[in-house]
Amino acid sequence: MKRYLQVIWAVLWKDLRIESRTKDVFTSMAVFAVLALLIFNFAFELRVPDKAMVTPGVLWVTVAFAGVLGLGRAFITEKDKGSLAGLLLAPVDRSAVYFGKMLANLLFILVVELFLLPLITIFFNVPLITPALLLILLLGTIGFAAVGTTFSALAVNTRAREVLLPVLLFPVMLPVLVAGIRSTIGLLEGDTLADLGNWLQLFLFYDLLFLVVAFLTFDYVVEE
Amino acid sequence: MTTDPLIEIAGLQKAFGRHRVLRGIDLAIPAGSAIALYGPNGAGKTTLLRILATLSRPTGGSVRVAGVDIAANPEGIRQHLGLVGHAPLLYDDLSAAENLGFYARLYGLPAADARIADLLQRVGLYERRRDLVRTFSRGMVQRLAIARALLHDPAILLLDEPDTGLDPQAAERMTALLRELGGSARTILMTTHHLERGLDLADRVLILAGGRLVFDASAATLDAAGLRPLYDHYVGTGAA
Amino acid sequence: MGPSRRLVAGLNLLALLAMLAAIYMALVQAPDATNIVPEIRPAQRIIYFHVPAAWVSMLAFLVTFLASLLYLRSSHVRWDIWARSSAEIGIGFTLAAIASGSIWAKPAWNTWWTWDPRLTTYTIVLLLYIAYFMLRSAIDEPGRRARFGAVYGIFAFLSVPLTFMSIRWWNTIHPVILDPSADFGLGPGMTLAFVFGNIAFSILYFALLANRLRLEWTVERVAALREHLL
Repeated sequence: MKRYLQVIWAVLWKDLRIESRTKDVFTSMAVFAVLALLIFNFAFELRVPDKAMVTPGVLWVTVAFAGVLGLGRAFITEKDKGSLAGLLLAPVDRSAVYFGKMLANLLFILVVELFLLPLITIFFNVPLITPALLLILLLGTIGFAAVGTTFSALAVNTRAREVLLPVLLFPVMLPVLVAGIRSTIGLLEGDTLADLGNWLQLFLFYDLLFLVVAFLTFDYVVEE
Repeated sequence: MTTDPLIEIAGLQKAFGRHRVLRGIDLAIPAGSAIALYGPNGAGKTTLLRILATLSRPTGGSVRVAGVDIAANPEGIRQHLGLVGHAPLLYDDLSAAENLGFYARLYGLPAADARIADLLQRVGLYERRRDLVRTFSRGMVQRLAIARALLHDPAILLLDEPDTGLDPQAAERMTALLRELGGSARTILMTTHHLERGLDLADRVLILAGGRLVFDASAATLDAAGLRPLYDHYVGTGAA
Repeated sequence: MGPSRRLVAGLNLLALLAMLAAIYMALVQAPDATNIVPEIRPAQRIIYFHVPAAWVSMLAFLVTFLASLLYLRSSHVRWDIWARSSAEIGIGFTLAAIASGSIWAKPAWNTWWTWDPRLTTYTIVLLLYIAYFMLRSAIDEPGRRARFGAVYGIFAFLSVPLTFMSIRWWNTIHPVILDPSADFGLGPGMTLAFVFGNIAFSILYFALLANRLRLEWTVERVAALREHLL
């Protein structure tokens, strides 16, 4: 068990270290997110009576699209440099590699979200940064990273590569997006976390279910 | 020989869809042997090594290492394997020392710093340990890859064309390094397109063609000139 | 080895008879629905096709899910053939369910489309299995294609109930304006045609599956023979 955690940590450390040097993933996700906000602003400016009304959708759609951009990168470098084999040679169960990559993806997306929230607060004049919303975002992002890491490993081994990722990911992600938008609306309308019990359960169930499924299937995704 | 071989391959087959790459390999490798594996491109050399490294699952047959089927305990086997492949399995944006530190953690090595420093010294990269691998020449990358593969002192070292893309000088240096670091206790299986280099390192020579082993002899009885016609016959003269 | 020629022929005949009977019962034998306005009573009869198509599509994807699990366990090509054949048929029935739902929506609510939880879920399901085949077609090596297909088939199927729940809860928090289930309530005498429709569609599904399996096995054998001869 200790060895298992060690490998998870090693993979996570490696991805964070490389990202801290290159900033490839964060920069592309963050720039994309800002662009998306600008475009949403023009899309809604004159047609929606109050832009605050559309912020839940803007938040989750931006996170989803920026996130898929980052997830697409997760296995590209490993694949192109052949270094994935190096990870798979680690003398532990391969799911440890999955959890390491998954946690790295989770952190990348969370950082982008933390960057995004103040921007939305400013651009759309909605107070978004509350503990309840952060919790919802965390729960949603865990599910997103859990499924996205597996699908990223699938997509990178196909001819279409990362172009395929959103097509694979978004239909499976729909419950998270619906729950995320819906509970963000609830929070903005004054609901407390207790009022969102159903949605919190859905998030938790989704996260747990797909973490387990990913854990059980990752071997089949990476072996030959 | 009375002792059980370290690696026992029996009836090994691998097919990708209908494309049969390995068509039944039987091979016993005693501990401490050094084997040069020749074969034309597409003969299945890399596939064989990847199966031994537990990166690829055979479609038929079995591989046993020290009596244990690798399908039964792949994690245990991996602890005793080192692999140098076509790709160096190193990260461009980590320094040499960071790369080795990362692999030390993957293998759960305690107090790896001394071992890393020692290995870096022996492959002649200690002075460059803080530099990103991105800045290394192909020869340096390959030497670091050898250090990486030997980090956990594996009993079995798999080398898949380690000399590809190296200039003669760098290849010479790598061969010397392998001879020095390989040690007599380690079992080495190496594929190469370079007949002399293989003979230089190996005590046994195998030729793989069309998914089958077609030649198996002790290197002691062979020299490059004697082996050349056979090599050209199976592998082809086009190979570099 | 696929299903025998005799089994396929028998299922084909059975499916033909069952479907003819189902059409008769749906259009002639079943009484008019009396709980809705007379103008849309003929349109209501689409329920005898809509609901069975929806049910059978889920059955088909369940079979894909189970075959995917079995494939990962055994790596036997049989289960990949089952998985992909059933998914293909499932897509056909999903399209039929969405189209018939939309045809019903027009006379009932004067719109071709409602974001009703079921209709929306089926649309997502359609996208899931289109993605399934896009993934498969982007992989050349048959073993990997089967393995990745199986993994995605498992993720996809497990997400469907969650998708349905989430869309349903979305709607119930706001007042529900259109509740299709109210109009789909079955009056006396209609149950027989309804149950029979479901049975007939299920038989049709198995007949289509048997044909597909036989065809796929033939394709495999021809390819193997070609490999052998060349």
